[in-house]
Amino acid sequence: MSVALEIKGLKKTYADGFQALKGIDLHVRQGDFFALLGPNGAGKSTTLGILTSVVSKSAGSVCIMGHDIDQDFQQAKQCLGVVPQEFNFNQFEKVFDILVTQGGYYGLSRALAKQRAEKYLRKLDLWDKRDTISRTLSGGMKRRLMIARALVHEPQLLVLDEPTAGVDIELRRSMWEFLTQVNEEGTTIILTTHYLEEAESLCRNIAIIDEGQIIENTSMKSLLRKLTREIFIFDTRNALQPPLELPGFTARIMDEHMLEVEIEVGKEQSLNKLFTLFDGAGIEVTSMRNKANRLEEMFVNLLKPSKIVGYDQAANSPVVEPGAAANDGAAS
Amino acid sequence: MNMAIQWVSFKTIVVKEVRRFMRIWVQTLVPPAITIALYFVIFGSLIGSRIGQMGGYDYMQFVVPGLIMMAVIQNSYGNVVSSFYGTKFQGNIEELLVSPTAEVTILLGYLAGGVLRGLAVGGIVTVLALFFTELSVESWPITISMVLMTAVVFSIAGFLNAMYANSFDDISIIPTFVLTPLIYLGGVFYSVDLLPDFWANVSLVNPILYMVNGFRYGILGVSDVSLGVSYFMLTLFMLGGFGFAMYLLTRGEKLRS
Repeated sequence: MSVALEIKGLKKTYADGFQALKGIDLHVRQGDFFALLGPNGAGKSTTLGILTSVVSKSAGSVCIMGHDIDQDFQQAKQCLGVVPQEFNFNQFEKVFDILVTQGGYYGLSRALAKQRAEKYLRKLDLWDKRDTISRTLSGGMKRRLMIARALVHEPQLLVLDEPTAGVDIELRRSMWEFLTQVNEEGTTIILTTHYLEEAESLCRNIAIIDEGQIIENTSMKSLLRKLTREIFIFDTRNALQPPLELPGFTARIMDEHMLEVEIEVGKEQSLNKLFTLFDGAGIEVTSMRNKANRLEEMFVNLLKPSKIVGYDQAANSPVVEPGAAANDGAAS
Repeated sequence: MNMAIQWVSFKTIVVKEVRRFMRIWVQTLVPPAITIALYFVIFGSLIGSRIGQMGGYDYMQFVVPGLIMMAVIQNSYGNVVSSFYGTKFQGNIEELLVSPTAEVTILLGYLAGGVLRGLAVGGIVTVLALFFTELSVESWPITISMVLMTAVVFSIAGFLNAMYANSFDDISIIPTFVLTPLIYLGGVFYSVDLLPDFWANVSLVNPILYMVNGFRYGILGVSDVSLGVSYFMLTLFMLGGFGFAMYLLTRGEKLRS
């Protein structure tokens, strides 16, 4: 399969001396749905900024659909569509005009640009708003307008920088469906997001960037297979009383009807074994869920704890050692 | 460079710019028309009739070319500086930077927008002037080339101002503290022959003097400076300014990090 994006030895040092990228290599195949993840300040936006010509690189090379962005910038840019993080369309223009103007920047005739504008405004449920001044749109509509604008020249590679930030869950899911459809129609998509559930459900391959370096670059499946530990939350019908005997498992009572249990795949622990122990202890489970999504667990494991804003190390530390009785962890 | 894409992109920028100043015509076309009409009434009709002749013409006839040029200069400059800075401020300059539109196309598109606004206001002011005095053109080629070159020079100046501007204050400081004094002291209202030798010589370093007098020569056939020097100065500013603007755009000065 051909390569949609090839980055080699990409470095960026800003004027104040801050080295945002320390020589990254990245390879995204055509047709892929690729996640680029990392904590704030890791280098994601700098990488995307270089792809989109908003940031100048210090060293390295970038090829988009086989076109070098230095040698062959017009062809490279013609293949690229960008949805930036911030709303950056003209706030005083009508929705339809924004798309038609964008088409013109890519060499589309006015007639074709109008046709495409209608196509994508309809697909993104914005056709009724075509004559609305863009600044009066709701946040969700503005996000969709950004996606429609990026697609008007029908790029082969679509880069989305946190496209669903601040969007309600219903709209987010409809945008996921739309992006999946765009990807299935052949457009390669690179996505950055802080919603790891979004990356896990949409993307086939993933790179994690930290301190200007790629620390993981693999398929989503391979990455998640490396996850050796999962934490589940169980809601119980009966009140939990310490001490609680769950030999081999790390458990902690959150409150009298909620229990947190850590399962380590490497130690051949399983939910079946756990439920057997629950039965033995007379615990009736009414519902269960992952404490965090699996990719989030992996992400936290890969990064230094100090990098995870709001990451509570204590909450992830075992309160009860395997084999020991669980204390009442609700107070912690 | 794919010229077909660049041509479509250039037309898109120009259409966008023209639509912008037509959409807000109350802010862009009406105020200069009213201001210049007041100049015609006060300096031309009321005071002008007591001043007598200047350069061999009635004061009203003398002052009209200068006032038309003043409108062209202010509006060419104002259009580009406010539009391009607004584009930077809102972040939609990224729409252009991300696209295959070449830097030279971006510059030419914005300059064309500035020139068209300058000419539109210049045209309105010329029509208004016909209500106050008779206007005959001595040389159409000189008149047209002078007004076009001046509009280009001040569109470039507005572009450079917008490139460097970090705030809305920065786009009003230059027009207020630099451009307006240069226009007022650039022979719009008087002939430099009236000044003492020292101040007449100081006036010669003001580039606007050459533009106003070149244009006045095209209309009336009189000028305080040589026509050749006027063309030389305009060509110099045009080429120098265009080259510098291209350099800044290519470097991405205050556009790229």
